Amino acid sequence: MYINLNSVPWHAVGGGLMIGSAVALLLLFNGRIAGISGIVGGLYRMQKGDIGWRVTFILGLILSVVIWKFFFVLPEIAIETNYTMLALAGFLVGYGTRLGSGCTSGHGVCGISRRSPRSIAATIVFMLAGFMTVYLIRHVFTF
Amino acid sequence: MINFMALLSGVVFGLGIILSGMVNPAIVLAFLDITGNWDSSLLWVMGGAVAVGFIAFALAKKRTNSYLGLSMQIPAVTKIDSRLLLGSLVFGVGWGIAGICPGPAVVLAGTGSTDALVFLIAMLLGMNIYQNQQGRG
Repeated sequence: MYINLNSVPWHAVGGGLMIGSAVALLLLFNGRIAGISGIVGGLYRMQKGDIGWRVTFILGLILSVVIWKFFFVLPEIAIETNYTMLALAGFLVGYGTRLGSGCTSGHGVCGISRRSPRSIAATIVFMLAGFMTVYLIRHVFTF
Repeated sequence: MINFMALLSGVVFGLGIILSGMVNPAIVLAFLDITGNWDSSLLWVMGGAVAVGFIAFALAKKRTNSYLGLSMQIPAVTKIDSRLLLGSLVFGVGWGIAGICPGPAVVLAGTGSTDALVFLIAMLLGMNIYQNQQGRG
């Protein structure tokens, strides 16, 4: 297969390498899977000794925005979904990732990295569901 | 140290989300829009992340403890059950509506976006309802 190097979105590859590095850090130092829905969702269990690292990881995610803005300008962010649909989407993402034990990071990145058939199955399902949903919203129910 | 490494991992993860463009739901939706003006970015992000992740998990498999002496908590479940599939389906539909998944949701909320806050609060509520059901079950 021939890939034209000029057509490779290098910032996407670079960002991916950084996400992989974050996964490596949390795995090799803390022995944990960097799955965001699992890290956030695990807070609800309120288990003693299992809260601090979850909170600092989440703070790190937020802090990254501050660090980025110190050096660069944030990239363009376009959210065209209205509040009602955002709330519905958020609810489905929250409930679904907990029921399915993972999201794009836990199943998608970590699961595929460790070649877990379970995570690969989950990733295929949520990708297909995403394709289908966008297709219906953008190309079928275009009121 | 444990909390610091988690903080560092979160920062690097977040910077990766911003650099990759995945912080912008429009780019994620363009990836999911396979019959529209398709954007392949997300695949390149996954490729880059998995390339590093693959090495990390290969190293982790040889160890019983992490560098900080904690036990390696790698999921042992292998069963592909209805919960996994149904949950992933529900997640995928939500992801397709807004183009936001949990990682970018937190980062976006960090930018102060009201839209992201609405999404994040609803996401936390969804997680909470799931947790309450578990408690009863």
